[in-house]
Amino acid sequence: MDKLINEFSFGLFFWQLLIFIGLVFLLKKFAWKPILDSVNERENSIKEALYSADKARQEMEALNEDNKKIIMEARAERESLIKDAKITGSKIVEDAKNEAKVVAEKLISQAQESINSEKKAAIEDLKAQVADVSIKIAEKILRSELKHNDKQSELIDDLIKDSKL
Amino acid sequence: MLKNVLNFFLIIAFSFASPITAKGTIAPDSKTENKKTNIKEYILHHLKDSHDFNLLSYTNESGKKTYVGFPLPVILWDNGLKIFSSSKLDHGKAIASVENNYYRLYHDKIYKTDVEGTIEYDKENHPTNLSPLDLSITKGVASILFTSIIMFFLFKSLADSYKKNNLIANGMGRFFEPIVLYVRDEIAIPNIGKKYYKKYMSYLLTLFFFIWFLNILGLTPLGINVTGNIAVTFCLALITFIITNITAKKTYWKHIFWMPGVPLPMKIALAPIELLGVIIKPFALMIRLYANISAGHIVLMSLISLIFIFRNWIGSSLSFILAFSISIIEILVAVLQAYIFTVLSALYFGFAVEEHEHE
Amino acid sequence: MEIPAIVGAGLVVIGVGIGIGNIGKGAMEAIGRQPDATGKIQTVMLIAAALVEGIGFAALFAV
Repeated sequence: MDKLINEFSFGLFFWQLLIFIGLVFLLKKFAWKPILDSVNERENSIKEALYSADKARQEMEALNEDNKKIIMEARAERESLIKDAKITGSKIVEDAKNEAKVVAEKLISQAQESINSEKKAAIEDLKAQVADVSIKIAEKILRSELKHNDKQSELIDDLIKDSKL
Repeated sequence: MLKNVLNFFLIIAFSFASPITAKGTIAPDSKTENKKTNIKEYILHHLKDSHDFNLLSYTNESGKKTYVGFPLPVILWDNGLKIFSSSKLDHGKAIASVENNYYRLYHDKIYKTDVEGTIEYDKENHPTNLSPLDLSITKGVASILFTSIIMFFLFKSLADSYKKNNLIANGMGRFFEPIVLYVRDEIAIPNIGKKYYKKYMSYLLTLFFFIWFLNILGLTPLGINVTGNIAVTFCLALITFIITNITAKKTYWKHIFWMPGVPLPMKIALAPIELLGVIIKPFALMIRLYANISAGHIVLMSLISLIFIFRNWIGSSLSFILAFSISIIEILVAVLQAYIFTVLSALYFGFAVEEHEHE
Repeated sequence: MEIPAIVGAGLVVIGVGIGIGNIGKGAMEAIGRQPDATGKIQTVMLIAAALVEGIGFAALFAV
């Protein structure tokens, strides 16, 4: 211990303190601060680059996923469209068929109706004409028949017979 | 203590050396004894700070000791600032005269003397001369300054290279950037926590590189020993201590003086222990770094000096191998001690700002 | 006969050596059991070793 105190040189201590503290501050200003700042900056930029690369990759993956999804969706849509088109097509055909059928039936029935009514009218007409004609014939017959008195009395007899009172 | 460690190594050295050099005679001859004290003095001298930057010294044929190196400025506060070159002191052999004041270097310390440079001693053989306040740019201070300048330009260039190069380091920065990040991610954040670590980063980074560079510089053949100097480690530990206590939150002090969740007698018993811990923690920091580096230097220099004691090829090559492997270990120790100092500082800061959820 | 201080220092070194050895042993076993946590274990090991060493130094310098 005595030796240490004996060996202690104040001059060396003084200069060491002065130079060392000066060196700490000088190096802090001119070396350590710029060095550590640059290293930090570099590390941050590397970190950022890595992060952004990772992010880009993730985005890429997401994009790929999206693309796949879109393609799938498009495919599904196409299929459904085709299906729909098929359905609508067949439906249209069906509808057209049905409509045609209905129209045809209607037409047929109308035709039948008109035929029937025509027929009825024709029959009526015929009936009327026949009646007319028969009346005329009957008139003529009657005129010719009833020219004779005996014939008239014969008729009256017949009619009386028929009437059966 | 260090002297004792040194003795231990030298005893080992001689227990190997004597049978070989003295051919079986155990009593060491006077020449070896002389060499032993020389080496011991040299190592102890190396461990201390010195007033001039001495690279090597030798004694020429005429017996004159010559020093190779360069002088450093001596700054004294003795009723006014006195600045002169350390070459005037001439390694303690000359008396420097500045404005009618005379100074002399004696055992690495500057004393004020009279014209002849007489040094008076007390009973215990300690000099009684006045010793002025010594603020010289010594070898240690010059090394600290040199390291600081190197660090400043090195890390400034690293900081600038980010701007120029689109946030990528180049050149030397490529080597230092992972270490800076290591200090942040493995030392600061786990020990202090994500919330508060930022304000300590400058200190921790400077501390780590400062200690590491100075430890490595101490292993170069320049013969510098800065971090093995108690004043330097004391200064670093003091700064850690001050930062810890200034930034400490209320709960830190509460845990020291009134530990929650323990019975009352324990609370009273724990308070002084915890308070002692506050001082012991930075003290241990100081001692650890100082002792590790000093011990490393002593071991290394002792092993190298064995070459000059053995003076034969078996011992010398052996000591070379030993010194080489210890050098490699010392490189590891240099970074380990810097790491441990920084980790423990961060740990203490972490204690200071820790938020306890259990209350 | 007075026991020299360096003997005490030696005893301290033995104690600290055993302590650090135990820490290293514990850490190695822990790493063997959980190799994933190597970094964390190493950090804790170094801190613990440093604390033991610190006590050792404190005792040594008190000599």
